[in-house]
Amino acid sequence: MIISPRLEAVLRVLTALVVVVVYVPLLLVMVNSFNVDRTFGWPPRGLTLHWWNVAFHSSGARHALLVSLEVASLATVVSLVLGTCAALALRRTRFFGRNTVSLLIILPIALPGIVTGIALNNAFRTMLGLQLGFLTVVVAHATFCIVTVFNNVQARVQRLGTSLEQASADLGAGPFRTFALVTFPNLRSALLAGGLLSFGLSFDEIVVTTFTAGPQTQTLPIWIFQNLFRPNQAPVVNVVAAVLVLSGDTVAPSAATP
Amino acid sequence: MTVRIRSLGALMGVAALALVAGCGSQAGSTPGATPGAGGFTPPSIPMKQSMGKMEGSVDILAWPGYAEDGSNDPKVDWVTPFEQQTGCQANVKYFGTSDEAVNLLKTGNYDVVSASGDASLRLIAAGDVAPVNTSLIKDYNQIEPFLKDKAWNSVNGQMYGVPHGWGANLLMYRTDLVSPAPTSWGAVFDQSSSYKGKVTAYDSPIYIADAALYLMKTQPDLGIKNPYALDQTQLDAAVSLLKNQRTNISEYWSDYLKEVSAFKSGDSVIGTTWKVIQQVAASEKAPVKAILPSEGATGWSDTWMVSAHAQHPNCAYAWMSYITEPKPQSEVAQYFGEAPANGQACKLTGAAFCKAYHTTDQAFANKIWYWTTPISQCLDGRTDATCTNYGDWTQAWTEIKG
Amino acid sequence: MAVTTTEPAAPARSGRGSILARSSGLRTGLLLLPPMLWLGVAYLAALAALFITSLWGQDDFTGAIVRVWTLQNYHDLVHIPVYRTIAFRTIGIAALVTVVDAVVAFPIALFMAKVASPRVRRLLVIAVLMPLWASYLVKAYAWRGMFSEGGLIDWVGKPVGLHSPGYGLVATTITLAYLWLPYMILPIFAGLERVPSSLFEASGDLGAGALTTIRRVVLPMAFPAIVAGSIFTFSLSLGDYIAVQIVGGASQLLGNVVYANVGSANNLPFASALATVPVVVMLVYLAAARRTGALENL
Repeated sequence: MIISPRLEAVLRVLTALVVVVVYVPLLLVMVNSFNVDRTFGWPPRGLTLHWWNVAFHSSGARHALLVSLEVASLATVVSLVLGTCAALALRRTRFFGRNTVSLLIILPIALPGIVTGIALNNAFRTMLGLQLGFLTVVVAHATFCIVTVFNNVQARVQRLGTSLEQASADLGAGPFRTFALVTFPNLRSALLAGGLLSFGLSFDEIVVTTFTAGPQTQTLPIWIFQNLFRPNQAPVVNVVAAVLVLSGDTVAPSAATP
Repeated sequence: MTVRIRSLGALMGVAALALVAGCGSQAGSTPGATPGAGGFTPPSIPMKQSMGKMEGSVDILAWPGYAEDGSNDPKVDWVTPFEQQTGCQANVKYFGTSDEAVNLLKTGNYDVVSASGDASLRLIAAGDVAPVNTSLIKDYNQIEPFLKDKAWNSVNGQMYGVPHGWGANLLMYRTDLVSPAPTSWGAVFDQSSSYKGKVTAYDSPIYIADAALYLMKTQPDLGIKNPYALDQTQLDAAVSLLKNQRTNISEYWSDYLKEVSAFKSGDSVIGTTWKVIQQVAASEKAPVKAILPSEGATGWSDTWMVSAHAQHPNCAYAWMSYITEPKPQSEVAQYFGEAPANGQACKLTGAAFCKAYHTTDQAFANKIWYWTTPISQCLDGRTDATCTNYGDWTQAWTEIKG
Repeated sequence: MAVTTTEPAAPARSGRGSILARSSGLRTGLLLLPPMLWLGVAYLAALAALFITSLWGQDDFTGAIVRVWTLQNYHDLVHIPVYRTIAFRTIGIAALVTVVDAVVAFPIALFMAKVASPRVRRLLVIAVLMPLWASYLVKAYAWRGMFSEGGLIDWVGKPVGLHSPGYGLVATTITLAYLWLPYMILPIFAGLERVPSSLFEASGDLGAGALTTIRRVVLPMAFPAIVAGSIFTFSLSLGDYIAVQIVGGASQLLGNVVYANVGSANNLPFASALATVPVVVMLVYLAAARRTGALENL
């Protein structure tokens, strides 16, 4: 015991309180997905499975989910590659401009989303003359997902040190072989954690996506945003949200393992 | 030291790159157009001469309620018959204000837009819409003549769109929470404190005209003759009225469904509205009523316009032809709650509907102050004063919201 | 006698990549090239272009950008009072949200790091992470329902005579604090985990009570982690415009004005000028945060 039992009790109560407050809105969403009333008066007048039925048949929601999964996967792959490169490069602490590089990597996520959004929108449309579409979203997402991979890999790489790689080089392996056989296996769990966080970030992102997605590219958050207030669709949105929360239950444990 | 020089160098390099790229890009003023003055010269854009093969899809920018495809209410659907008839798959995007419409159309991603008077001239001047060949529109001859060749949908006798319908902005209120029943816009202006924190208003600079309209009747010595022609003094008076209103506002709305939900829950109890909002709220069992107050109202007269960069021009014209036929016109008019442009629609809606909306009543139509973009050249004909333009109104609107 | 000679080529044993094997500088450079190119082109250039746009004007009738160099946008930004008000209001709310989150996150992070058993700790980490998977929009909308007239807060507060604050700045602060809470809990938790438990015991041995230990030993050590978490909450609140639209009622924050100027008003030059405000604020904040060592705690 390192803290007095009284303080422990206080902390226990506070933690419980915070957890309750965190979950009340989520439970509200789940209860509302069964709410008979389309505009969610409280308390609910009655419960029904009708919206779950509608949601399963909703092609709009399914399509949006698919698009979100595709965008998140591609963005994660790109950010895994770029983030790992950057993290491995920055192992040498006496590297010129190291701080600048770290800052640059953090910038897309440190600056408010709307700034990133309008900057990229302006760049794509007016500077490059591109039509907004699927790839523009992927590029935007990958840009701010790099930092999550970078952080995780960098933390792991610092813990590993360079002795293993040096030993491998002494034994005659070239840099590529060393990476494939020595570095990569040690980085696997960091890559997984970083990749999961990056996937989650991209999956739920709305602000930058609004500015960089073409009109036909509807990710799940965009679909939710467009349907949030529509009387016939808002309950479906709640169902989708409930599904997301429940499915997050399976993913969160993996992301939680350091 | 080295690090800083290096970073600075990198930054300058990037800036140079951006400069070069920026100079080479396409965004810029349309050459040859002199925007702003009432008699501007629209850029020369080719007009479609004949119909060709349908492209298989069309991207529509519409006011909510104008292009219903059954996803809001399965019984309300006139887009699916269009798709079946023409083979053009319709992708509809709603917008909440004319500003959004202008902005969205500029992206070049849409083929056809339902533009109100405060968007149409801006689109024409910017070269974003093409003149419309009315001979290609099936029932163009059935459209009420007083809607054709107006200041907001034509330039120098050339039509730039097909009239869709028109109507007034109304005052909506909760019958159970607001009494006595209001008859004047004063309920949301001078007397708005009676409904403290529960008044709602339209979230667009064009709403300033509503305040100006109220001042026209209540403060005649300000000399306002046209709510869209306000010199600085008159604008200041309207802004002051709106800043007072702001203290009692619950929310400003631009998403029509947000207003529906606010009235349903009682977070808003009185405010400006469109008829469709009142009808949707009533179908959601909210006790609401909408009236045309005694001072008159601002309103809109909407025109379908085709984009200058339309990817699907044939489907676009097919849509404009379809939506102005009597049956779709009657369906839209009843769902949205407006007067249809095609008088023949009255046969399908019933005489009572058309009478209530004054469909063929030109005198009534002329009394509504349709949304128009304010420009420096006073729209009421004054030559001794400079009026405030839309940029001034936009800035004033940010100040009002605070 | 030192004679500098060029190194002989490495034996053919590992011919491919021998240059790479020798020169770690080259390796670093090549490794850095893809991410730097990507960030430089996709991001920095975009930011620079945005900044340049803020120096141009706009024809407010057609909405077209007029490429004439002008400082008018910045002049308006500084001299028209409403923008100053909105900017300060936004910074104030962002700071308030950060403080609220830090205060709420610290006890639970401390509990998770130092008091909870490993099993409970794992459960709590999952419990904290799970809301991140529920859509940001849906959570904000749930709060809208809770704040509304006759919603959950009214229903819970009725027996006590408490009323929902309705839509406004209070609701916005609470909602934003709720939304970003996980981003504050996790870094603080990670930071507290790194504080060795022996320090607590040592401090206790020296006669300090639990609260004193926390105040004078733990907090200073966890401070970089708190700052790291605050970077997220501050930045996310500074630019947010969606949650404000959902629960903020008639209030405007900087993000809303930027969004309105990009979307409705079509005035990208002015929106860009507005956007430099949060950028400058964040750069200053990041510079200050770097000195506390927070950037290593992200």
